[in-house]
Amino acid sequence: MNYLYFWYIELLTKYRIPKLFGDITFPVLPFCIVAAAIIFAVLFLVLAERKILGLFTQRKGPNRVGIWGIMQTVADAIKLLCKQNIDPRGADKILYNAAPILVFVPAMILWGIIPYSSEFVFMNFSVSALLYISIAALPVIGIMLAGYASNNKFSLIGAVRSGAQIISYELPTMFVLLSVVLVSSSMNLKDIVFSQLGSFSIFNWNILPCFLGFIIMFISVLAELNRCPFDLPEAESELVAGYNTEYSGMRFALFFLAEYAMMFVMCAFMAILFFGGFLPVTGKYFSEMLFADNRFLQLFIYVEQVIWLMLKTFILVFMVMLVRATLPRLGSKELMKFSWYILLPLSMVNFIVIAIIKFYIDGGAV
Amino acid sequence: MNKTLMKLNIGPQHPSTHGVLRLIAELDGEEILSIEPVVGYLHRGMEKLAENRSYLQYLPMVDRVDYLGGFFTSYAYCDAVEHLLDVTVPKRADYIRMLCMELNRIASHQLWLGTFMLDLGASSPLFYCFRDREDILSLFEELTGQRMMYNYFIFGGVRFDVTDEWLNKVSDFAARLPKAISDYEKIITLNPIFTERTIEKGILPALTALQYSVTGPNLRASGIELDFRKSMPYTAYGDVDFVISQSNRCDSYGRYLVRIQEMKTSLDIIKQAVIYLKNHSGDISLNINPVNIKVPEGEYTSYVESSRGLLSCYLKADGSAKPYRVKWRTGSYYAVEVLPEIVKGLYYNDLIAIFGSLDVIMPEVDR
Repeated sequence: MNYLYFWYIELLTKYRIPKLFGDITFPVLPFCIVAAAIIFAVLFLVLAERKILGLFTQRKGPNRVGIWGIMQTVADAIKLLCKQNIDPRGADKILYNAAPILVFVPAMILWGIIPYSSEFVFMNFSVSALLYISIAALPVIGIMLAGYASNNKFSLIGAVRSGAQIISYELPTMFVLLSVVLVSSSMNLKDIVFSQLGSFSIFNWNILPCFLGFIIMFISVLAELNRCPFDLPEAESELVAGYNTEYSGMRFALFFLAEYAMMFVMCAFMAILFFGGFLPVTGKYFSEMLFADNRFLQLFIYVEQVIWLMLKTFILVFMVMLVRATLPRLGSKELMKFSWYILLPLSMVNFIVIAIIKFYIDGGAV
Repeated sequence: MNKTLMKLNIGPQHPSTHGVLRLIAELDGEEILSIEPVVGYLHRGMEKLAENRSYLQYLPMVDRVDYLGGFFTSYAYCDAVEHLLDVTVPKRADYIRMLCMELNRIASHQLWLGTFMLDLGASSPLFYCFRDREDILSLFEELTGQRMMYNYFIFGGVRFDVTDEWLNKVSDFAARLPKAISDYEKIITLNPIFTERTIEKGILPALTALQYSVTGPNLRASGIELDFRKSMPYTAYGDVDFVISQSNRCDSYGRYLVRIQEMKTSLDIIKQAVIYLKNHSGDISLNINPVNIKVPEGEYTSYVESSRGLLSCYLKADGSAKPYRVKWRTGSYYAVEVLPEIVKGLYYNDLIAIFGSLDVIMPEVDR
């Protein structure tokens, strides 16, 4: 990444363009590439979810458009693009139109913070983990606005539920994140990944000290994503479609895209925190072993790192889908109870225990 | 602080009102203060239509009263007509009717289980239930030519005889079903989310149930052992051995347990019926010519334990070729009526779960 950066600045100075311009525009191009990749990832995810659900329920899933239905989501996207956008009567036009964007944008920004490989991070801040969790909390504003501006009672109930839910599940996530930060002694996602590097490969991962934390985080992430069994805000059997009842066409597609993009990015986040992010399971990179004598081919390490991260992410995504296929939905009362009575105290205890252990392992030095 | 209550209109077009029920709910936040069911969106005039048709012309229509239990309604009507004609149906036909009704009960309960779990937010059980229900529907298709609207019972018997081959298929199915039911139970019965959402939810006390004339599995889940198959046996129920499934829990979970148990009970009856039909031959019909049949003057009410409670068909004949009056009494209607009583003070998302547990079919409510 640094080589690229210097090369880019050099190129600009050759044409007498100020360095500041270069600093601002440097992340744009890779970001666009990632944005395009997200769209493809989401298209793939939607198809994968439908195929996997089909597998669990002994159906075939989509199988008409293209071979094995690969083009199904593309066809759906085209259909959504062609659909009319309807403004419901009495809706607050500005907020109504802004809501899908407010949901979509944070999900996209988050992709920039993820360390895909050791050299490939667009926005490398020293506290990127904190930034991550704060941006991940933003979509709830869009959801609340969507429910409020739609002038529909079902949407409103869905939005209020979503607000209450995301806020109450944010807290356990924070505590788990803190415990991971303690273990790794860093708030930078890249450093967290590197802190899990060790001679015991998978046994160096944070999943061992923070197993309880991972469980709490996984549950909280399900809730924050409004996924089953916490899909109350869009419970189709009660609220028709929840906060996006009134949305159609591309606006609905934005909600949909954001949901899946968030799902993917949250799973990537968990993979980074607990499963060593882009570190290989085998302890040594394959490209390192294969191309030991070729410095140029060793660049494939970076590609391999991305593949490792994606692999871990997809396994987590698969687990999320598995949960959806298995469990019924929680009730709204039980949902709140579960967070405030069980998850939050548990995550606090987890944090304190880890802090004490860490204190003694570090030799009691403050 | 001034509190504003929200009046929420649920339905008639709503994904989980099982048809076109409309509920006017008054909500305080998520809490339900009162609820008012509005029925009649699926009224087809089933009772009035009978008065302009001959007895035979009305026969195919009665299957539509309850589209998930065509055999029950069909039997109730045939039984009333046969009683007024003063004929006794051959034993073999009785057994075939019983076999069909019990298969139908299983199919109906399976569909209920699927949609109930869908109301609770689990999508997979729906597919499992539909997959296993498909077996029953293909059995019916083979026997009657139809998958849902059978028109198979006729005055004085049934239209077609069962073959040994078909009976073997039923036995195969009966051997497969316990596995399927245990599969449902594995994924549902002890699931903590499911128990959390059903135990102590939607309590229907026995007294309330009796006051609102709730019948069927809903009543039996409230601890009252009332099963018309036992208390006034029709067809061959007097000859077969079975136990009434019953639960004292009074809640949604009890209603779930009772229905699961009922599927197993039905299975017992089916096995006995298959054994009888394999070993005994005989007439399947009295061969009454049903065209322009003239029923002597009189009135009769037939009672059938359908999958959704007591189903009765009141028939008044005036000696002509058309019924003078037909009145249907169906279980679902009373289940809808009792709903406001049992959801008061609960949360909105419990409303749908409880409504799902009552097993309401809207065409049956409105007729």
